[in-house]
Amino acid sequence: MFNKQYKNMQSADKNIQWYKSRFEAFEQGLNGEKSKPVHALRRNAFRIFSENGFPTTRQEEWRFTNISPITKIEFQPVLNFEANGISKADIKEYTVAGAARAVFINGMFSKELSDTGMLPDNVIIGNIANVLEEDTGTVQPYIDRMASAPENAFTALNTAFLRDGVFMLVPKNTIIERPVQLIFLASDSKYAYAAQPRNIITVESDSRCKIIETYIGLAGNTYLTNTVTEILLHENSHLEHNKLQVESLNAFHIGTARIIMHARSNYTSNVFSLGGSLVRNNIDVVMDAESSECTLNGLTLGTGTQVIDNHTAVDHAKPNCSSRELYKSILGSESRGVFNGKIIVRKNAQKTDAQQANRTLLLSDNAVMNTKPQLEIFADDVKCTHGAAIGQLDDEQIFYLRSRGIGLDAARDILTLAFAGDVINKITIEPLRFQVEKIVFNSLDNSKARQKRKTVSV
Amino acid sequence: MSLLEIKKLHAAVNGKEILHGINLEVNEGEIHAIMGPNGSGKSTLAGVLAGRDIYSVTEGQVLYRGKDLLQMSPEERAREGLFLAFQYPLEIPGVNNSYFLKSALNAVRKHNGLDELDAMDFLHLLKQKTKIIGMDESFLNRPVNEGFSGGEKKRNEIFHMAVLEPKLSVLDETDSGLDIDALKSVSEGVNRLRSKENSTIVVTHYQRLLNYIVPDFVHVLVDGVIVKSGNKDLALKLEELGYDWVRENVQQTV
Repeated sequence: MFNKQYKNMQSADKNIQWYKSRFEAFEQGLNGEKSKPVHALRRNAFRIFSENGFPTTRQEEWRFTNISPITKIEFQPVLNFEANGISKADIKEYTVAGAARAVFINGMFSKELSDTGMLPDNVIIGNIANVLEEDTGTVQPYIDRMASAPENAFTALNTAFLRDGVFMLVPKNTIIERPVQLIFLASDSKYAYAAQPRNIITVESDSRCKIIETYIGLAGNTYLTNTVTEILLHENSHLEHNKLQVESLNAFHIGTARIIMHARSNYTSNVFSLGGSLVRNNIDVVMDAESSECTLNGLTLGTGTQVIDNHTAVDHAKPNCSSRELYKSILGSESRGVFNGKIIVRKNAQKTDAQQANRTLLLSDNAVMNTKPQLEIFADDVKCTHGAAIGQLDDEQIFYLRSRGIGLDAARDILTLAFAGDVINKITIEPLRFQVEKIVFNSLDNSKARQKRKTVSV
Repeated sequence: MSLLEIKKLHAAVNGKEILHGINLEVNEGEIHAIMGPNGSGKSTLAGVLAGRDIYSVTEGQVLYRGKDLLQMSPEERAREGLFLAFQYPLEIPGVNNSYFLKSALNAVRKHNGLDELDAMDFLHLLKQKTKIIGMDESFLNRPVNEGFSGGEKKRNEIFHMAVLEPKLSVLDETDSGLDIDALKSVSEGVNRLRSKENSTIVVTHYQRLLNYIVPDFVHVLVDGVIVKSGNKDLALKLEELGYDWVRENVQQTV
């Protein structure tokens, strides 16, 4: 045991050396940009990353998720755009009808595949690489704010190699009817790479919009997506934030979202995690002013030996805010799910109303779920509830469906989809909802096929 | 050829034998009532016919349309035209009634070499059937049985039956928990679905259901054996004299 840990530590150290060499090469290629303020942020972030290293399972926040597979691979950070032969046909299946679209290939913006022309003129949407080159004064404050607190190794690593991503600003009193879809494609490749987009989204007061982040692995290759999305919601703004993640089953996905909410703002997050061999989603919401509402929904579908970890944290920093959280997992084969839902109610955050529920459906005897609600309440006049349940499909219900002529596999699929239904139905963008429903349904078939193959080979 | 032939059927649950040799023959167009006191094995018989795996058949044979019924999975039985109306219909949250029935009907049709119905044709068919059963159309878009009253659940069972058009229906205590109005309207539904080709087995504790669904034959099941068979008058006599009368009668004959 000791030897194994020691070896892992060695490989993690070696891995930090690798990123150090990559960071130096990155700096050398930067020329003029090195003197800009953004580069000071990168350097600071890299220092934090190299000092702290990758997290281990001895840290409470990472107790159930061993990320050592990520530290054993030398991922090449992608710092320049390459089309990699990807065309519109490759993304057709995943585009959401009617949505404006910003497309990234391995974390770098693809002008050719993007189409944001139909958005209102006052909406600023661009890619960060371009924004940094032009050095417009508009974005500097946002960039300063965003990278100031790289609280974990992956966020620090993302900031250190900060290169591209979406910069979006919805000005005051603007309602965007069309959803905005951010598509992050991972191409096939001979080498393992790290795609690390950084997205900065600001919705100013009295404005509304809906965004979709879609992560797609186009082939079955191994790569790392380490993405960070930062969101600032001003007074009385509304944002629906959907995320559909269908990475390669051999890829790693670390997705961090940080949301800061001002008074009377409203935030909804719907996260669908289907792909990836090792996945960690961090969602940190700070309700920093009174009378805000936040809703976090999640659906995880685990097959094979996937590990999918959802860490959410809602910080009720001010009074009269409400939060609602529903995370569901469907785990088959030998997959593993983790849910950690932290709710902090600060001392002066009276009249907080927080609800959290985590439900898991285990489709196989070898699937495992670790769930941990974590409530830290320092105020005395609050309403906080939480609940966690883990179960299996109900034999009586399966028999009822079969007694009407529905086959065993179809009966299981129908009941599984019904379990997922209330999370899928939270999506208000209809074409996206249909898309997610279809992808989830098709994945159910896959998981079953895999289970069967496994049984046969045993 | 008879539709259903049960020969010397023995069945057990959790290793305990409940049915001790049932013999029963049902022909096309007939309605059979199986009556018996609590614990006599009525629901076990219904469950064995539908293929519930908590029951194990230890001896005997069941032929359905000349085929070995006991070799078929529950879904195969349903696709071959066997229908069980549940005593306690299950609630299926998140699955609406019409989606559920579309999956079921298309599975049955596919099995019988028919084209699957598209959404429009299916909706048309469903609306027709709601009229026959006297069910409100709003039930189509509600999750299966979720939040339904006892009477609505039983009526929904008969609605499933109307859509699937089975050859042999087994109604397991369809009268239990129904008030007299619900009992009447559920029975009317069953009677409207009656034809010369299809048959029904009505499993019940009380005679009153048989005032509305009039059987051709009545069988009395006591302690896992059919001890007496007759016509509808037997049910009336049972109602008058109680199951003890049959028990005593049997002991005398033995």
